[in-house]
Amino acid sequence: MNLQSVKTIYLAEMSRSLRTVLQSIVSPVVSTSLYFVVFGAAIGSRISEVDGVSYGAFIVPGLIMLMLLTQSVSTASFGIFFPRFSGSIYEILSAPISYFEIVLGYVGAAATKSLILGLIVLGTARLFVPFTIQHPLIMLLFLTLTALTFSLLGFIIGIWADGFEKLQLVPLLVVTPLTFLGGTFYSIDMLPPVWQAVTLLNPVVYLVSGFRWSFYGTGDVSIWASLLVIALFLVVSLAVVNWIFKSGYRLKP
Amino acid sequence: MTISFNHSPTAAPEEAPPLDSGSGIGSPMIQVESLSKVFQGGFQALKDVSLEIRRGEVFALLGPNGAGKTTLISVICGLVNATTGRVLVDGHDNVANYRQARSLIGLVPQELTNEAFTTVWDTVSFSRGLFGKPRDPAHIEKVLRALTLWEKRDNRLLELSGGMKRRVLIAKALAHQPKVLFLDEPTAGVDVELRREMWDVVRQLRDHGVTIILTTHYIEEAEEMADRIGVIRRGELVLVEEKGALMRQLGRKELTLHLDNPLTEVPAALAGHELTLDDEGHALVYTYDVTRQDEGTGITGLLADLEATGIRVKDLHTRQSSLEEIFVSLVRENA
Repeated sequence: MNLQSVKTIYLAEMSRSLRTVLQSIVSPVVSTSLYFVVFGAAIGSRISEVDGVSYGAFIVPGLIMLMLLTQSVSTASFGIFFPRFSGSIYEILSAPISYFEIVLGYVGAAATKSLILGLIVLGTARLFVPFTIQHPLIMLLFLTLTALTFSLLGFIIGIWADGFEKLQLVPLLVVTPLTFLGGTFYSIDMLPPVWQAVTLLNPVVYLVSGFRWSFYGTGDVSIWASLLVIALFLVVSLAVVNWIFKSGYRLKP
Repeated sequence: MTISFNHSPTAAPEEAPPLDSGSGIGSPMIQVESLSKVFQGGFQALKDVSLEIRRGEVFALLGPNGAGKTTLISVICGLVNATTGRVLVDGHDNVANYRQARSLIGLVPQELTNEAFTTVWDTVSFSRGLFGKPRDPAHIEKVLRALTLWEKRDNRLLELSGGMKRRVLIAKALAHQPKVLFLDEPTAGVDVELRREMWDVVRQLRDHGVTIILTTHYIEEAEEMADRIGVIRRGELVLVEEKGALMRQLGRKELTLHLDNPLTEVPAALAGHELTLDDEGHALVYTYDVTRQDEGTGITGLLADLEATGIRVKDLHTRQSSLEEIFVSLVRENA
């Protein structure tokens, strides 16, 4: 293992986040705060408890998930897309490092950043609503697995995209809708039976539900189903990344 | 401008002996064996290329645009997969033992590619770390000073001129102290002064035992720098020759003398000169070798003889064969 190279990529990516600190950290915090003002305070005050917790507290795990998914995907996709776009990817590809090490550097940095952001949003949320976390270790596990998996997805998108438009396409048209429809702002019990069944096809439901379970001990689906889905997602993402490097797709003709 | 390297210099003889002489300068630095590359879509960029680069030499790869120079370099550096054949770098297979092979190589790409928002210092330090070398600010400083980038070390790359950016790419390639340096069109779009500076840098690296492979389509550059020259054309390596030998072939020039009155044949008095008739007898074409400075070009003698024969010359012009024409003639000669 060429740890020096991995560290170099990792630190360079982390410092890129620091360089764009306003965009990287401040904007997710501001947008989360806005969600709390609108959904938590303005609308939430008219909604009674959901699953035994106040609406404001109910949406906390979903909001963190929403931010975690979008940030993981956008950070990781941009991280690898930009060197491809600027051409400086030649250096990464000609360096004495394995594919695994390249992924470790880029995805590790994106996941770390998302994880930190997740914790910042958690802290921000605590300023708006009181809540407790029943299973903090499971919460951290979910946070880490989700950050990692969606950073891998972002990495895949960053390789697949051949322009800035495509780079935005998946986050805008797939990740965000799935998250909004994934029970971030509601319990799927609130939906008509048909839509409840349809919703169960959305993988994000399992993530939000599992994450919410770690907070309040209740979820739309069982915690095991949630863990299974995130594990499955992780395995599929790893398999795709593995295929990308083995085939040289969009990287090595 | 000086560049020094921590690793000890290896033999870099003035005029390296031919490979097959068995002179014992060691194994070749790079061995390319029967390399072919067919891109998706069927375009064959390399056709059965075999080549050995000697340790410590400067090898210039000449060829017109699209000849396969960059593809060849890209395969050696691991950026492009070979379809068939293999590459050894200091004896290490560049696929099976890619870590050892690649750690020896520094690559300066043709395109100006870099991350616009990082500083010179950071990007060069990044390159060193990426190649697995521990931090060494002293070495980075040395490289930056050698390439007159030291004053710009805190500048972001987007603030630099094109020439400066190219220097940064060279600095990045040298950050991990490679033993082989690939320069892909190092002076394309670079002004004369910077070109001279780059040639100086290449010479110094060579003096420190670094093997250098550069691609170019400027004959002048190959002439200035190279020990040996390879000519690649349509994916085929059509010749590999010591510079001196090739320059004699490349040094041919034509002098065309436009005559007042057409001739039917070259006059006997001028038979001693290499003359042909052209333009239906309205022009005499004299072919000569500019590199034969010892014997002269023969132009003065020819003009004197012309005067003696009373042939009146209306106009004259000289022409050096273009690189493309030389390639064509080389291919024909080597067919």
